[in-house]
Amino acid sequence: MNKTDALIIGAGPTGLFTAHQLKLIGLDCEVVDNLDKIGGQCIELYPDKPIYDIPAVPECTGEELTNNLINQIKPFDIKFHLSERVDEVKKDGDNWIVKTNSGTTFQTPNVIIAGGVGSFEPRKFPVKECEKFEDQSVFYSIKDKKMFEGKTITIFGGGDSALDWAVELSKNSKVNLIHRRDEFRGAQATLDKVRQLAKEGKINLLTKFQMIGIKGENKLESIDIKSDDKEVKTLQTDYVLGFFGLIMQLGPISNWGLNINKKTIEVDTEKFETNQKGIYAVGDICSYPGKLKLILSGFHEGALAARACFKLARPNEKYRFEFTTSSKSIKERLGVKSD
Amino acid sequence: MFYILALFFFTPIYNPMAKITYITHDNKNYEINVEKGLTVMEGAVQNDIPGIDADCGGGMACATCHVYVKEDWLDKLPKKEDGEDDMLDMAFEPKQNSRLSCQLIVSDDLDGLVVNIPFKQG
Repeated sequence: MNKTDALIIGAGPTGLFTAHQLKLIGLDCEVVDNLDKIGGQCIELYPDKPIYDIPAVPECTGEELTNNLINQIKPFDIKFHLSERVDEVKKDGDNWIVKTNSGTTFQTPNVIIAGGVGSFEPRKFPVKECEKFEDQSVFYSIKDKKMFEGKTITIFGGGDSALDWAVELSKNSKVNLIHRRDEFRGAQATLDKVRQLAKEGKINLLTKFQMIGIKGENKLESIDIKSDDKEVKTLQTDYVLGFFGLIMQLGPISNWGLNINKKTIEVDTEKFETNQKGIYAVGDICSYPGKLKLILSGFHEGALAARACFKLARPNEKYRFEFTTSSKSIKERLGVKSD
Repeated sequence: MFYILALFFFTPIYNPMAKITYITHDNKNYEINVEKGLTVMEGAVQNDIPGIDADCGGGMACATCHVYVKEDWLDKLPKKEDGEDDMLDMAFEPKQNSRLSCQLIVSDDLDGLVVNIPFKQG
């Protein structure tokens, strides 16, 4: 059981800055995120897109913003639990017991939800029957490529993941690569390679096709695909891989007894506390009159929620407002010299 | 006096709204007057029309405001920008008449537009 003053759910910009604020006022915290990397939407959806409305930063990309925020919390020792999704939040006296899908548990008086629009999950095939084969012969990510050796693999998608895996798996497997249009959005060099391998007969490239059916009793046998011109083909295949990127889903958050309205959590504007004492929501996921879904709003909300955490984490102490320019104790926490 | 009256009768009255019809997957029709300048996505979100999630808020970064445009409207819409088709690759059941509704800005040209909302967004 990990004990901490505050647990932050979500490692996007708001979660990172909230962690900074907590550490600055002398509280410790840990961060959980379902992605395998820090940065949230900034890193997953628009790492290369410029942002123009971060105060005092005229222009930066999602990736640059993330890196700067990571640099800003470098002085502090903050434990990140990546690739883990918080599944359960339960009351236990004055504390919350929080469990992730990997079995990590936390005991904390404060839970700060900085979850954006929810956790990122892979987008799946529209064909309902695919669920039956999921994690057996239908996959949305690859953990061990060895299992595909000598088999027939059908890959769907038009981005880098689909192209990279088509090239890689074609070395030891029979590969069908299927995409809904002729244009791909992956790197040109990989695309050239795929087209070359298709010419050599090492990849069976089928464009303007989409899956319409999947067949098999206990084991996957074949899939049906249909073209824009309504041509239907049946392909024998051992495995199917879908690479359609990620989608955000609120997921388990909706089971924690919070007031949720249109996929956002209602909070007050003093502490950014939800209807549950000690659970806060900040950033895109919170709602209150006048809420703006801007990164700068998330920073403000995180700063206030962090102060609210102090009261529950240190019930016998009094929080005193201090500036970073002058506070000796803050400078000590930052590891910088005092004047 | 005649001229003033004539002006009054013959000047077309400026209508700040355009009619957009949203049809959900279970065939419910929503005829909505959407303010020109907003996007078809915003028109749906502001009027609580189910089925348009718009997770990223209109940044062409998530493909959860996916709609099917009635065929006869396809040519009248603004052309897809770079990146829209890339996002549509990830949408749930994209078709040839698929568009991201955050990229369709409501104007006189779009008055009367009909869009179908897919069964789900992802």
